Amino acid sequence: MAKLHTPHPDLPPPANATGVPGWVRRNLLSSPLNITLTVLALYLLYVTLPPLLNWALFNATWTGETREACQTNGGACWVFIQVHFDQFMYGFYPEAQRWRVNSAALLLILGAAPLFAGRVPSKLKVRLGLGLLVIYPVIAFVLFKGGLFGLPAVDTRRWGGLLLTLVIAGAGMTAALPLGVLLALGRRSQMPAIQSLCVIFIELWRGVPLITVLFMSSVMLPLFLPEGMNFDKLLRALIGVALFQAAYMAEVVRGGLQAIPKGQFEAAAALGLGYWKIMALIVLPQALKLVIPGVVNTFIALFKDTSLVLIIGLFDLMNIVHNATTNPEWLGFSTEGYVFAAAVYWLFCFSMSRYSQNLEKRLHTGHKR
Amino acid sequence: MNLTKSLTKSLTATFAAVCLLASVSAVQAGATLDAIKKNGFIKCGVSDGLPGFSYADEKGNYSGIDVDVCRAVAAAVFGDPKKVKFTPLTAKERLTALQSGEIDVLSRNTTWTSSRDSAQGMNFTGVTYYDGQGFLINKKLGVKSAKELDGATVCVQAGTTTELNLSDYFRAHKMKFTPISYDKSDESAKSLEAGRCDVLTSDQSQLYAQRIKLAKPDEFIVLPEVISKEPLGPVVRHGDDDWFDIVKWTLFVMVDAEELGVNSKNVEEMKKSANPDIKRLLGVEGGKGKDFGLANDWMAVVIAQVGNYGEIFDRNVGKDSPLKIERGLNALWTQGGLQYAPPVR
Amino acid sequence: MTEQAASLPPKPPFWNDPHIRAIVFQAVALIAAIAFGWRIFDNTQDNLSRLGIASGFDFLSSSAGFDIIQTLIPYSAASSYGQVFWVALLNTLLVSALGIIFATLLGFIIGVARLSKNWLIAKLALIYIEIFRNIPLLLQIFFWYFAVLRAMPSPRQSLSLGGTAFLNIRGLYLPAPHFQPGSGWVLAALGIAIILVIMLVRWARQRQMATGQSFPVLRMSLALLLSVPLAVFWLMGSPLHWEYPELRGFNFQGGLVIIPEMASLLLALSIYTAAFIAEIVRAGIQAVSHGQTEASFSLGLNSHLTLRLIILPQALRVIIPPLTNQYLNLTKNSSLAAAIGYPDLVAAFAGTVLNQTGQAIECIAITMAVYLTISLLISLMMNWYNRQVALVER
Repeated sequence: MAKLHTPHPDLPPPANATGVPGWVRRNLLSSPLNITLTVLALYLLYVTLPPLLNWALFNATWTGETREACQTNGGACWVFIQVHFDQFMYGFYPEAQRWRVNSAALLLILGAAPLFAGRVPSKLKVRLGLGLLVIYPVIAFVLFKGGLFGLPAVDTRRWGGLLLTLVIAGAGMTAALPLGVLLALGRRSQMPAIQSLCVIFIELWRGVPLITVLFMSSVMLPLFLPEGMNFDKLLRALIGVALFQAAYMAEVVRGGLQAIPKGQFEAAAALGLGYWKIMALIVLPQALKLVIPGVVNTFIALFKDTSLVLIIGLFDLMNIVHNATTNPEWLGFSTEGYVFAAAVYWLFCFSMSRYSQNLEKRLHTGHKR
Repeated sequence: MNLTKSLTKSLTATFAAVCLLASVSAVQAGATLDAIKKNGFIKCGVSDGLPGFSYADEKGNYSGIDVDVCRAVAAAVFGDPKKVKFTPLTAKERLTALQSGEIDVLSRNTTWTSSRDSAQGMNFTGVTYYDGQGFLINKKLGVKSAKELDGATVCVQAGTTTELNLSDYFRAHKMKFTPISYDKSDESAKSLEAGRCDVLTSDQSQLYAQRIKLAKPDEFIVLPEVISKEPLGPVVRHGDDDWFDIVKWTLFVMVDAEELGVNSKNVEEMKKSANPDIKRLLGVEGGKGKDFGLANDWMAVVIAQVGNYGEIFDRNVGKDSPLKIERGLNALWTQGGLQYAPPVR
Repeated sequence: MTEQAASLPPKPPFWNDPHIRAIVFQAVALIAAIAFGWRIFDNTQDNLSRLGIASGFDFLSSSAGFDIIQTLIPYSAASSYGQVFWVALLNTLLVSALGIIFATLLGFIIGVARLSKNWLIAKLALIYIEIFRNIPLLLQIFFWYFAVLRAMPSPRQSLSLGGTAFLNIRGLYLPAPHFQPGSGWVLAALGIAIILVIMLVRWARQRQMATGQSFPVLRMSLALLLSVPLAVFWLMGSPLHWEYPELRGFNFQGGLVIIPEMASLLLALSIYTAAFIAEIVRAGIQAVSHGQTEASFSLGLNSHLTLRLIILPQALRVIIPPLTNQYLNLTKNSSLAAAIGYPDLVAAFAGTVLNQTGQAIECIAITMAVYLTISLLISLMMNWYNRQVALVER
């Protein structure tokens, strides 16, 4: 009679390989080099973190009205931010009219929220997205600028702070993406003249620094236009930013177009589709999906680049913070100002990059085996 | 079929764009003055923050002597000093902005020099402030004269005549120095305060203005030397005589008004004056409006709405302001100064 | 008849012929582009002559009349505007070159740290990357310049580093090397050492091809490069003299000074770009599949050789193209110098010279042309490199 082999039940893993101690062993103390690195990192944290936290939180002054409130301890003076907060948000936008900015922001949040929710049908999402891209800018512009429907007009010179940063970034993004797609299509075109025009355009813009472009658009442009023809300074800066980023966008999109196999073009052509239909229905949806990270990176770069309008004297968030630090009543709070501005920029850029990672995961269909 | 449609569409669009471009030349506007009247406001370039000359408060309201000059021109053209749009410009941007037509008049403590008047395509309309370049320094350094500045680090605004005079002065006195040129005057002031530079150089009037922007103004003194001539005044583009005349005569009217004792408060009474000079100035007699293409009493409006030269000076930089600058060279010629205006006749 | 017509579709009308349409379309686009360019040129000509603005490049030879804080070549207020251009260009190139070196070093360290098995190190690297690449560069420059370097002591309370170097609000003052007669020989010795190293590398490669034996090339060449010039230096009686900075009057005089404008620009550029480079390095290393490492180990290569011969060459193929892009960005970003008064091309030439001469179009055109040239050169080099390392597939 053969003896049936019954395996011994598995022993539990050794205590020091599981749980917190196991994790620490594996991730922090696995080799002498690793131990050294851990010690070094802990020392680095010990040196930097406590003074930083003390400055930013524990010793900081949070409440008050004047700079006298913050002269006692070595901490940060957040009163500076608090006093200037409205200015940082709206710039010189008239106080009585700021509800317009707030309602535009609210509209944007309400309109965009379903896009991020999971359960909304995707057809509705697309329509909503298109609406946000096409109709919302018009509504926002009318709200900000006024002069219609009994709203008093507010000159663009009075726009400032975060409002202006978002206006430039938003307008730049909505213009740069379609322009970039067109340029990329042109660069991949079979027609040599179109192709070379697009190549020249893209390389010219990518080869020069943005501040020279902004300088040209802000003070030199009228020299190139017929006498007496001129338009708003903000609009000119917007065009400069949008064209500049469109060139970068074109290169990103081109990468996506190149990755689409030739069979896709041929199959679509064999079905009798024309050029624009092939592009709009077959190629671009696949190509754009591939380049989402690149597109969002370009958006992030655009968002950060809006800070350069400081150099041409527009009062965006960066400039208005910088300006407040030179206010004689509030000298010596540069660090607080810059930290605040950095936090705002960081929040926007970081959320954009997180959202793109999310989107990338959700749209990752068909290529996985 | 669809391809044809879309192609025809894009062809039409391109063609339309070409036509539009070609037709743009047909809508060329005339002279600056016509454009201004059409727009309904004057585009005025001012400095990016210099108390007393042009300074925007936290709400974005401008004040200062340079600002008032623009307001006076607006009062002359439109009868309303508020019809001005101010564009803050750094020293580096200002001349290009004027050349290109970004602004109609540059009223931004700009020094009258031969090359600006000729090669750079501008016309200076007059002198609103006779100035000279000086040095602002921390008292702690114990320097009493600019001749002791050998080896100093000097903050200066980039792209100004100041930058050139500074080099000339140190070369002439065989002294060495390290220049740091910033775009914005705020940054120079900040640097002086922090000790990045030993001394800040600029037009003397600006030094006083910069000083009140420091956290501890009393620790800094202006050295006695004046190393250059800096006649500051509003500038317009070359080749537009009508506009040039209006800006120029707005200045003269303000000086003449002070000389004749007419100010914003007594201008209505003065209209009854028997003095023929005053009568002409205020448009009561021999109206001088049409010659300029303006309202007949535009000079009276300028004085009533903005004031005479003395009022503007006192209110912005003189005895009624925190700057407390003496009239000095800027007193009327009848009082030992240089401010002199041709007669209204 | 009818049968033939059915089998041969009617020839499309000429406006539907793709070839003709392509030609027409391109012709229209070209005409539009040329018309646009011509209009701009014409308007500009009109405007310039109407306003009486001087044009042309004659101004480059007239005297500048202002001083510049940092000049790598001889310059004084009496020099020409043309000389200002070279001074400014060199300043741009200096800060870009140093920035590229520091950013690459820092970026590689952070990128490798990001992949470290040590959780703490990997997270710290991640935090570094996420913080610095999501904050505008201009803000970082301002932070270093106005918040950090402004907190340095005044010249009289300088931080002394061993009595030879000094740190204060005016910059970092280092001893400056002064070469005495005889240093030419040391330089010549260095040249000879370099030639020797090249010969050594060739010889070692040939020997390895022939016999399979490897030769410690790296160690030997380093030894050569150091020992030959040092020996000559010693033989010539140390022809080098250090000039130490000392406090005279307002400032430290003599020595080598790194001005805070440059220091903060350099810090910000390196730290910002390093965050991007780190991500590129990480992606490059991850792109090499783990099978490569395993295969290499199974062939008996140790981890050092695996890294050098297997992983790095493959990773570099992925890393280098985006890396050059970052170098290009860094060079263009150095133009932000204008905001803090570092005399680079944009600040000194497109700023001050433009303003003193009033010739905006010429100055901006020259400046843009320089940046374009730099970026085209880098692109050309990139394409050449890509061809060199392109996978040769059967």
